[in-house]
Amino acid sequence: MGSTDTAPATGDELWEVVAAVPDPEMPPLTIADLGILRAVDVIDDAGGDQPTVTVQVTPTYSGCPAVEYIEDQIVEAVVGAGYDRSQVHIDRVFSPAWSTDWITEAGKAKLAASGISPPRPVVATEPGTTTVEIRRRAVTCPRCGSTNTEVVSQFGSTACKALYRCGDCAEPFDHVKEL
Amino acid sequence: MGSELTEQAALETYVLRLADDNMVLGQRLGELIAWMPELEEDIAVANLALDHVGQARNLYQYAAELEGGGRTEDDVAMLRDERGYLNAVLVEQPNGDFAHTMARQFFFDAYQVPLYQGLSHSGDERLAGIAQKAFKEARYHLDHSSSWLIRLGDGTAESHERTQAAVDAMWPFTGDLFFADEVEAELVETGVAVDPAGLKPTWDATVAEVLAEANVTRPDDPYQRLGGRTGLHTEELGHLLAEMQHLYRSHPGASW
Repeated sequence: MGSTDTAPATGDELWEVVAAVPDPEMPPLTIADLGILRAVDVIDDAGGDQPTVTVQVTPTYSGCPAVEYIEDQIVEAVVGAGYDRSQVHIDRVFSPAWSTDWITEAGKAKLAASGISPPRPVVATEPGTTTVEIRRRAVTCPRCGSTNTEVVSQFGSTACKALYRCGDCAEPFDHVKEL
Repeated sequence: MGSELTEQAALETYVLRLADDNMVLGQRLGELIAWMPELEEDIAVANLALDHVGQARNLYQYAAELEGGGRTEDDVAMLRDERGYLNAVLVEQPNGDFAHTMARQFFFDAYQVPLYQGLSHSGDERLAGIAQKAFKEARYHLDHSSSWLIRLGDGTAESHERTQAAVDAMWPFTGDLFFADEVEAELVETGVAVDPAGLKPTWDATVAEVLAEANVTRPDDPYQRLGGRTGLHTEELGHLLAEMQHLYRSHPGASW
């Protein structure tokens, strides 16, 4: 590859660039924190053409309105890393379906620090436990830590959240729904 | 049947049937935004609509690719007339009062959960992927609609009466969900589609359980209005499409 400073980023370096793209609705989290970034592949065609970058992402919800915006931001990030815009491709992958278990520990910590209650584990609980059962268990208030909380609305400010209220500190808060 | 149905043609029709259910129901729910009895439910219907329209988009994109004629998902949704729409007649029924909206949603959710569960194992990878994601959403929808049906049916005398009326009103349109013709037959055989008849026992069980808990009587009127899957709709769909498609058709190619 090139020996100049302008050589496009590859490998881990390019992954880090793409991974740093923030989620527009929960900006403290990156798309890597959310677990929606699946793969970043560079195909360096020896034929002399420009290298091609394919980024695989998975939507959180089928109708998540942020998907297209996030994809645009990914393209900008890859272009910023030295690639030709026409050679950047986004591959939207559905299977296997995204789960809130894919939110990283760092991501969950950032959610809690922002006053948003992170999702509880789905897969790690006993086999056969449904998300409905998980949802019926107590959610912890991200402000005061109380488990005396109640659901106000099963749907919240974005597709991935529900609205809760704390019975002790009386504050309302968002909770990322287990999926 | 006189003419030979190719697997490709069957798949195109099948994907449209799945997509149109979601598009029409998403549009109906969208009509309610800013009209719900409380703010939380306003947010809920908006979220439900978003999920259904999102699922419809994924399916329309696939339908457009299957056609192979260069049309977009928007073209598929916006440039077909009433007779070309293949949704079940249940989802085009008007919103009515909140009980009607929730009864329609519950009957549909109870069908869509086992449908997507089955489709998650479809031999068609694209459909399986769309269904795996949508299954999780449908399950959440069912949790929401069934808890409302129970709360309203088992609530005050007024809410009970209106919930029973809503269930009775929606009932004759539920049978269309289980309609099947040579399209499904062809694709069930190849492991692509889910046999609608096979979903009926699960649906019956869910309906029996929730209606019992809601203290609502399961209607026994055997009349069922079919036809949606072949484009024979009730009066309601034409009005819905006129509103939904107006902008796209009046300003071709417009974008923002």
